[in-house]
Amino acid sequence: MTTLLEVSGVSVSFDGFKAINNLSFRIAEGELRAVIGPNGAGKTTFMDIVTGKTRPNEGRVTYGEKSVSLLALSESRIAQMGIGRKFQRPTVFEDQSVADNLMMALKKDRNPLAVLLFRPKAADHARVEALAGEIGLADALHRKSGELSHGQKQWLEIGMLLAQEPRLLLVDEPAAGMTLAEREHTTDLLKQAAKTRAVVVVEHDMDFVRRLDCKVTVLHEGSVLAEGSLDHVTQNEQVIEVYLGR
Amino acid sequence: MTKIFQRFLFCLLCLLGAPALAQEADAPIQQLLQHHGEIIAKSSRKTIAPAIDALAASGLPAAQQVLERWQAKEMWRDETSGLFVFAEEIDRDTLRIFDPANGTEIGAVPDEGYKQLKPNSGIRGMIGAALVQFQLSAPDPVTRATALDAIERDPDASHLLALRNAVGNESDPALKARKARLERLLTIRFDTDTATRIEAIESFAGDPAVDVRATLNPLVATRIEVATAAPQGDDIARILSVGSDALPRAAAYALLVEDGLVAPVLSRAEKRAALIAHLRDGAVGGYQVAQLDREDARDAAYAKLAETGAVAAVATEAEVSAALDAHVFYERFIGAPPIVARAALRALDAIETKVNLNRAADLVLDALSLASIYFLAAIGLAITFGVMGVINMAHGEFIMMGAYTGYVVQQVIPNYTVSILAALPIAFAVTFLAGVAMERLVIRWLRHRPLETLLATFGISIALQQIAKNIFGTQARPLTSPAWLDGSLVLNDIVSISYIRIAIFVLALVFLALFLFVMNRTRLGLEVRAVTQNPRMAASMGINPDRINMLTFGLGSGIAGIAGVAIGLYAKVTSEMGQDYIVQSFMTVVVGGVGNIWGALVGAAMVGSLQKGIEWFNPSNTLAAQTYMILFVILFIQFRPRGIIALKGRAAEA
Amino acid sequence: MSDLTLSAPTRRRPLVLRHPSVLVFLVVLALFTLGVTLLSEGIGLGVISTSFIKTLGKTLCFCLVALAMDLVWGYCGILSLGHMAFFGLGGYAIGMWLMYERTRRIIVDSLATAELPATPQEISDGIASQIFGVVGASDFPPIWAFAHSLPLQLAAVIVAPGLLALVFGWLAFRSRVTGVYLSILTQAMTLALALYLFQNDSGLRGNNGLSGLQNLPGLDLVPQSTVSLWFFWASALALGAGYLFCAWLVSGKFGSVIRAIRDDETRVRFLGYPVEGFKLVVFTLTAILAGIAGALYYPQAGIINPAEVAPIASIYLAVWVAIGGRGRLYGAVIGAAFVSLLSSWFTGGQAPDLKIGSLHIQWVDWWTVLLGLSFVAVTLFAPKGIGGLVDLAARIKSPNRHGADLGPGAGALREREADE
Repeated sequence: MTTLLEVSGVSVSFDGFKAINNLSFRIAEGELRAVIGPNGAGKTTFMDIVTGKTRPNEGRVTYGEKSVSLLALSESRIAQMGIGRKFQRPTVFEDQSVADNLMMALKKDRNPLAVLLFRPKAADHARVEALAGEIGLADALHRKSGELSHGQKQWLEIGMLLAQEPRLLLVDEPAAGMTLAEREHTTDLLKQAAKTRAVVVVEHDMDFVRRLDCKVTVLHEGSVLAEGSLDHVTQNEQVIEVYLGR
Repeated sequence: MTKIFQRFLFCLLCLLGAPALAQEADAPIQQLLQHHGEIIAKSSRKTIAPAIDALAASGLPAAQQVLERWQAKEMWRDETSGLFVFAEEIDRDTLRIFDPANGTEIGAVPDEGYKQLKPNSGIRGMIGAALVQFQLSAPDPVTRATALDAIERDPDASHLLALRNAVGNESDPALKARKARLERLLTIRFDTDTATRIEAIESFAGDPAVDVRATLNPLVATRIEVATAAPQGDDIARILSVGSDALPRAAAYALLVEDGLVAPVLSRAEKRAALIAHLRDGAVGGYQVAQLDREDARDAAYAKLAETGAVAAVATEAEVSAALDAHVFYERFIGAPPIVARAALRALDAIETKVNLNRAADLVLDALSLASIYFLAAIGLAITFGVMGVINMAHGEFIMMGAYTGYVVQQVIPNYTVSILAALPIAFAVTFLAGVAMERLVIRWLRHRPLETLLATFGISIALQQIAKNIFGTQARPLTSPAWLDGSLVLNDIVSISYIRIAIFVLALVFLALFLFVMNRTRLGLEVRAVTQNPRMAASMGINPDRINMLTFGLGSGIAGIAGVAIGLYAKVTSEMGQDYIVQSFMTVVVGGVGNIWGALVGAAMVGSLQKGIEWFNPSNTLAAQTYMILFVILFIQFRPRGIIALKGRAAEA
Repeated sequence: MSDLTLSAPTRRRPLVLRHPSVLVFLVVLALFTLGVTLLSEGIGLGVISTSFIKTLGKTLCFCLVALAMDLVWGYCGILSLGHMAFFGLGGYAIGMWLMYERTRRIIVDSLATAELPATPQEISDGIASQIFGVVGASDFPPIWAFAHSLPLQLAAVIVAPGLLALVFGWLAFRSRVTGVYLSILTQAMTLALALYLFQNDSGLRGNNGLSGLQNLPGLDLVPQSTVSLWFFWASALALGAGYLFCAWLVSGKFGSVIRAIRDDETRVRFLGYPVEGFKLVVFTLTAILAGIAGALYYPQAGIINPAEVAPIASIYLAVWVAIGGRGRLYGAVIGAAFVSLLSSWFTGGQAPDLKIGSLHIQWVDWWTVLLGLSFVAVTLFAPKGIGGLVDLAARIKSPNRHGADLGPGAGALREREADE
């Protein structure tokens, strides 16, 4: 499998505190990967770097077949290139309907003039409805998304990510605050998504990670501690020491 | 009858007193006076000079008294003998006369036969100038100082020698220095020896005093002259190029016209007037009036008119250019011999450098005082902005409130010193309470809605402004500073700073120190810092963020009140004064970076010095300075969006 | 907010049908215009005086600039304290032509009786000294280069505010200045512009401003009562067109995106939208809208000076929109009309004085205090403003069931279906 994203030798520090320390990481096309690690291990900062929110002090981040460097690109450019991100806290536009949220996320020309002149066609409406069905919100299409439950908002956000048709999906703690049934649905969604694209899931919940059934990367103090199957890393001495063994 | 008798009596008396009336007709002073007798008697300002000079230069001990008596119109002349005497009028017809040679009384005589010398004010002035040399050596230091003042006011060549003579025997060191300095200045102006003058000029290199520049400037005076070939000669200061700042094209041509070298050019209005004057039957110079609605038609008509000789020919543009090209324009030294003038130029250059340095120092002081005002005005804003993330648009009105508090206190306490000292804490208390009230009633309910807070505080701002206007009226109210704050600290002719500004600077320093102490050394400061960094964590540690917010807001507002008193001391107190400072305060906070006292300090220093710096380039236009300052801040934000001293990392994301 | 935010996705209908409030607004505006015309002094019954026609016309211009403000603040979340500066720029742009052309006619007339026919230079000098004599200048500053041409100055009405907004917006947005910081920065821009205009060598007559703008060049014979109606109609037309334009802008995906930017711009960025570009478009478009409103306003006001551009004016604009209810277009219009008319009623001395015991309140003095405090009250207690009343009325009519069933049983009508 070809490499989709490669992070090599990246370091970033805030006021002397090294949040990421010489981190190297790569993910292949269509791969599902879970990233775990204790608080402050640099999981969110890692996502910030890939999506362009934080600029690293050193290192390289390249993406795609042409190995484009992401470091000089704006967040919106990176998103347009096919990297989608889901935040820890569900962030949907609560003032707008589910349909509007999804319509906004649909993969279309993003420049202001094109958006201004854009009028949805029947196919676009169909796609929105299909997505809503996929995330279980077909009935709620015209409700304001602010009225949805916490879990529904998480799904809506995943739905919006899918609508973007990204090649790489970064998901930050998707299962936080969900009921068991909702978690299962979420797992299904992510597994489904991973069939057509690469997905990186940052998660605390070991059961959830186990259910994903994929390669796991353990971060600690800003660099990779271990990598492999969940069983493999959970037997790693260091991992037990810093993360599992209390 | 009575009169005749009186005369007779006096003649008798005169005869009787003959031995006593004897006057030293051959005393040197009397001889000197006799020598100039005619011009003294004529008493004309135009011709009197030699007499006064001779007296002043005679070196005779009696000369000073003669001059003084003469000046005081107490010198009379015996019309028959021509001898001069001092005289006092005993009554309308009788004089008591004295011998000018030694001042001894000769006796009382009738005024018949004596003519009073009545020097006019011009001559009295000249006598006064001549007297200066005597006063320079007078025993009373006050007299000597007065004489120096007189020379400084109106120097004259004759003073030079007197000064030189008087320097040596001066006992008072301050006066001696003054004399020596004045002597050098006069040397530059009046000495005939070139080498001595140059030496004196060089001794002043780098002295920025105004009198030095006033003495040197006439020496380097030049006159613009014109010739067909480049002139030779020592006294040519420089060749001018036509069209430069020193010699605009029009001025150069006017010079040629003045010298009669070329025909003049006419302005459009003159040409138009000439055409109108020669209008005949609706036509002039072969053109119909209706055709003359273009400049080139008018030129052509005028040229036609000139051919007929009706009007003088004027130069065309090409002729003007040719004439200008054919001549060389240059400046010739006319104020002094060239070598002296050049020395003066060099000295002036050196002085210029020194003056600029001093001006820079003055500018720095100005900027510093402006910065301390901005710091005082902005510090409260920075605190509330930093700790609570709240922009208080009414901050300017708190400044205004503080100033009005000072005004009211002054109405109650007449002693300015006491009232100012009382006004500071009272203003703090008033605005502190106003701030706390505002926080409790409004700001608290708008937590995490910064834009709404901004608007709500703005509503308060316009309400407060109007209330102040309704109470105190629209005219400016004075806030008088105590006498000991009047005046300014003068370092030299260029650098000075008013005591009020020094006081404000000190106040700013005090507040900086106080603030640092509160923030770093007290429980309150610890809690404030905790709330700033992480309000939730602080709350879980048992700190009441509500109380902290209230206190910080009160503190910020209180400092604004004190800033108001300080600003009111040197600016006018009006209901709109807050508006004058609010934008600058915002700029200060934005440039410096929020949530940090050092940010406010650096921001204030930068905004203040920037504004003064721009004003320096364009001193007449403070509006432009403010405009450019704001433009600079907008551009500055491009490079440091979070200000100079920015919080980094997670704290900044909040 | 209900009418503009929910788009009916399944079928395409004309804008006015999808958003009935637009239709209601346009009808009300048309009826208002017609009514005022029929009652006017110029061609109607003469119930409404010419000066009040002007006040109404100016109010319509305020409504238009309030629309722009609502778009940039209520929809896009940029609390701009600079839109009245754009408004003023529009006024200056049209004022330059009005003043130039009127002065030119006067000068040409006065030179017609001279011995020699005037040259172009003499006319130009005459105009310049007439216009700039008051600031001690007699030459045309470079910015007056196009003042002779109405089409070019009309273009300037759009270009001047548009360009300033574009440059300023580009600088501000690209450095990611947001929130209160941005508001302060826009205020600084406004102040800088006002201070610049206050200078005598700004080329725009310093604090004298431009005057005599109510006289249309060449139409001296048309009475002001008629001219005022023309401007009233033009203002109404501009407001109607502006409303339609804004409604169109916010109804589609563009509206969705800018509201999303208002609510969470980081998230929008991660959706791949160039947030800065969108902000810049909105900022510039609304600046142009404000410029057009200003160009219609100042010929009715007759005079423009730098004080009109001062930051306080822009803040009042925010007050109107906030009181009217931001985030809904009709809210902005209602707010601007309500507050500015009320304000002129109070400050015009028409409001009766209030006597509470010994307290004697003259509204000329105390109106600003009332406005400031009511503004605080609105922010605190009624963040939706007057427009919130509409929601209230709508809710009483049909309670919001959030799309839930209207009755028991799976086949029951849903709320949305019932609405249609």
